[in-house]
Amino acid sequence: MGEGTFPIPHETGAGIAAAGGKGTYLEVIHSWIVTVDHKKLGIMYIVYALLFLVVAGVEALLMRIQLAAPNLTFLSPQTFNRMFTMHGTTMVFLVGMMILFGLGNYLIPLMIGARDMAFPRLNAFSFWMSALAGVFLYFSFIGGNGLAGTGTAPDVGWFAYAPLTERAFSPGHTIDYWTVSLLANGIGSIGTSINILATVFCMRCKGMTLLRMPLLAWLYATMSFLTLVTISPLTAAQAMLMIDRYLGGHFFDTQAGGSAILWAHFFWIFGHPEVYVLVLPVFGMVSEIIPVFSRKAIFGYPAMVAASVCIAFISLGVWAHHMFTIGMTSVGNAFFTLSTMLVSVPTGIKIFNWLATLWGGKIRFQSPMLFAIGFLFQFLIAGLTGIMLSVSAWDWQLHNSYFVVAHFHYVLVGGIVFMLFSALYYWYPKMTGRMMSEGLAKWHFWLMLSGFHMTFDLMHIPGLLGMPRWIYTYEANRGWGTLNMLVSIGGFIQGVAVLIFVYNMVRSYFKGAIAGPDPWDAWTLEWSTASPPPAYNFAVDPEVGSRRPLWDIKHPEDMDSAFE
Amino acid sequence: MSTATLQPVETEQEWRLPSRGVIAMTSLIIAESAIFTIFVVAYLYYIGRDVSGPTPKQVLELPIFNTVCLLSSSLFIVLAERAIEHGKMVAFRIWWLVTMALGIIFLYGTGAEWYKLIVKDHLTISTNLFGTTFYSLVGLHASHVIVGLLMMLVVAVFSLLGKVKPQHAERVKVLALYWHFVDAVWVVVFTVVYVVGR
Repeated sequence: MGEGTFPIPHETGAGIAAAGGKGTYLEVIHSWIVTVDHKKLGIMYIVYALLFLVVAGVEALLMRIQLAAPNLTFLSPQTFNRMFTMHGTTMVFLVGMMILFGLGNYLIPLMIGARDMAFPRLNAFSFWMSALAGVFLYFSFIGGNGLAGTGTAPDVGWFAYAPLTERAFSPGHTIDYWTVSLLANGIGSIGTSINILATVFCMRCKGMTLLRMPLLAWLYATMSFLTLVTISPLTAAQAMLMIDRYLGGHFFDTQAGGSAILWAHFFWIFGHPEVYVLVLPVFGMVSEIIPVFSRKAIFGYPAMVAASVCIAFISLGVWAHHMFTIGMTSVGNAFFTLSTMLVSVPTGIKIFNWLATLWGGKIRFQSPMLFAIGFLFQFLIAGLTGIMLSVSAWDWQLHNSYFVVAHFHYVLVGGIVFMLFSALYYWYPKMTGRMMSEGLAKWHFWLMLSGFHMTFDLMHIPGLLGMPRWIYTYEANRGWGTLNMLVSIGGFIQGVAVLIFVYNMVRSYFKGAIAGPDPWDAWTLEWSTASPPPAYNFAVDPEVGSRRPLWDIKHPEDMDSAFE
Repeated sequence: MSTATLQPVETEQEWRLPSRGVIAMTSLIIAESAIFTIFVVAYLYYIGRDVSGPTPKQVLELPIFNTVCLLSSSLFIVLAERAIEHGKMVAFRIWWLVTMALGIIFLYGTGAEWYKLIVKDHLTISTNLFGTTFYSLVGLHASHVIVGLLMMLVVAVFSLLGKVKPQHAERVKVLALYWHFVDAVWVVVFTVVYVVGR
């Protein structure tokens, strides 16, 4: 079992060379457009998402300039509304979903020893559908009246509460761009999720039982299931909104008996589990990276799997904690308070398991590990403010204040984005064959860390002092000025950090040190093939006998498979 | 933690994995169920909240014949699945076409119902909440019937050209799964729209 070595293909990137190495630019572009290779599609997802990360980051910084001091007129109120709508929608659908699907696409077949996803053409279709969503959404800037007034970009917030989105209140094409974009993105996401589930269950290499799969594959399967049951309600709600707008329906038309609250329910049935859709794959990345950089096997693998599946199911019953201030019965408030608190149990199990993996390990503080430690610390704090907000009485006070904004950015930036940086540092050598500069990575990490804490630690305070979300400016006598200035400065420090990261990525692609197949001395199958892997992934179909097949090969005297 | 279930798989032992098609179709059905759930919830929530008529009681009639046709088509597609598994290609073609015919009758029934509602009762999708939710939910289901029929038509054409062979039984099974789902959803839609909502 797993005793033979995995032959490393020598003609590195034969497929890539054949597809584009020698061809003209046109041929290269053509080869990427028609590709059904999971690795190329994965890279396209990631690059596409990083592009939009910069775009949506700029939108955030524009808002931070406007809010840096009282009574500024840098952005008009309407442009400000468009900025926060576009920032939120872009970050969730075009950055978060796409980069996670990209990494999943790239890694899952390699990690489970498969040659491609289960349905390569569905994979390409899903990518181009999702990519179309970005075109729809950003065309809105030049649609209608053109860029000067930022065109007809949507200005209703990323959750687009009804009846503001109805024809009567949002004439023109504003909402149409938004809704078509989310519909296209939703179809792409559902397609990819189906593909990931089929890949994980049907494409595993010999010997890879479900409980030998890398945790990343498990977490992606859980996330894909969750995507199926949460993106679909959003798709249904978008269809209803379109029926209202195009066919004169009355789903959310309060004049004809329709209900605005029903939209809120439908949106948050999608919206809250969506956070878990974004965070579950990230949990998978932590569970791959922490063991490798602690030189220990993951602690409590079955508990990790069980906790992940638990989180997915519990997260389906917590949505109305976004709606405490809409007004519910006390039974409703109590139920959603308790169910929300319940999420912290499996999440706590995961945090303790990661800590136990670190405990007594031979920790290597390289860039992926630095970001992973940052993730652990920040995700914990994000969870703690989450428990505070789950108490309905506390939420009544702070709902839609900057405290909430700080809380969820702690999850999304402090947790998810930090871990995505970690994952990109970790798998970049596999994708390109070159290492990223560790020196620049350290600059990136420390700037990002200080900028992040300056922005989002301090942002809690104006929230506690009563500063609401979505206001485009505020009076000088409120006493929020200094804090907001510091928050804005922190935002720009993060901007500089991200630029360093982008520079590092581009520079390392041409000048980075050659990585070789296994630069981190890791244990999962993707490190058993060349970097970058050839189009066919593995020269010989791998066969595994434990959770750490490469450990078994490197340590024949102490094989994991002997203990299973 | 119990490691008893983690016996290393012997190399000689056959490595079996579930069928991609079945897993993918099951996943699609899960996603579709979520979409239908949202439309069903909206329908139930809006029953009796109209500010103007007509109401379901005034205009809806029980589509019993239609329902019998659609639900029995599930039975015939099972017969078709069995036939192709056993290599009885003539029987397969007959049962397949019967299934399609029943689906087409169902669609015709829905069309006739809508024609009556629109022309005689003046109920359109923009008339009132009932119209909006009724045409959306029943229409969503009917669109799934249409998609199912189109896919079945592809199989039927290839089958009559003699291109469908017993080794395609697996693919036919996957398509049949979708058709069973469409039928099962009709049970829910029928109950909600014609029993609870009337």
